[in-house]
Amino acid sequence: MGGGDSAGRLVRPFALTGGRTRPSRADFTLIATVTAVDPQPVAAAPVQPEYTRILRLCAEPLAVAELAARLDLPVSVVVILLCDLLEAGRITVRPPRLVSRTTPDLDLLKKVRDGLGRL
Amino acid sequence: MAGSDVATDASSAPDTVKILIAGGFGVGKTTMVGSVSEIAPLRTEEPLTMAGLGVDDLDGIEEKRATTVALDFGRITISRDLVLYLFGTPGQQRFWFMWNDLALGALGAVVLVDVRRPESSFAAIDFFERRGIPFVVGVNGFHGDHPYPPEDIRDALAVPEHVQVLLCDARERESCRDVLIALLDQLIATAVQT
Repeated sequence: MGGGDSAGRLVRPFALTGGRTRPSRADFTLIATVTAVDPQPVAAAPVQPEYTRILRLCAEPLAVAELAARLDLPVSVVVILLCDLLEAGRITVRPPRLVSRTTPDLDLLKKVRDGLGRL
Repeated sequence: MAGSDVATDASSAPDTVKILIAGGFGVGKTTMVGSVSEIAPLRTEEPLTMAGLGVDDLDGIEEKRATTVALDFGRITISRDLVLYLFGTPGQQRFWFMWNDLALGALGAVVLVDVRRPESSFAAIDFFERRGIPFVVGVNGFHGDHPYPPEDIRDALAVPEHVQVLLCDARERESCRDVLIALLDQLIATAVQT
């Protein structure tokens, strides 16, 4: 979270996406988990260093929000870059657990409850 | 959801769930996230320009945050295959739209209330009630002081009977954990009834 460059920050992040401000897919919600494909497909590599940073960070599964925080980039920018990587077959994404209000998952709730109890 | 032309699952990845920590500006949301999170709270920021906001909308935002809206969050590993994320929502509720999926799919929420200015958390309570998102109220005592019993606060906030109101200290890990457990107990009680 650099302090003094607030004027530049607004412009720079979306330069990384080539000016795109909307993602091409809806997969990457805040707690969707991203994992780099290993080994990486033998394809034309995107040259931007941000892609490489993302792939390195999600060598182990990592949530989108965490990825954004560690890259110090807005979620909206990271999501667009992730769409590129997903379409290039370089990452996989796991959606969050579905939470239904009408048919609550009692097992899931108990699991979370027990986990909190162990804190 | 997405098309099936690309891999959309990673079997080694844990399941993820989230709980929101909401409430008025400066009520202790980030403190609470930090108290129970296994990692130092992380922050992600969105530029306000994206949404095409008018200049008028910047009124009332702290000067240092004039160009971005911040979201703080933490993580609790429940088990090897289940991770809970805690999101401290932006204090200014009108900026929640910045994270369209923030409330979507949340297990529930904790609304933190500052006893000295409970009205600053009205908007958060209203938000969850209108969307039918279950929540508990955590009354965060200033320096751990609790001058009012929970029932007085419940009356002041007009919180319905089925919503628990708990006294807490956002700086204390055990206290925050107990508020989260109360939320889960409330969710389990509701689930058993359905």
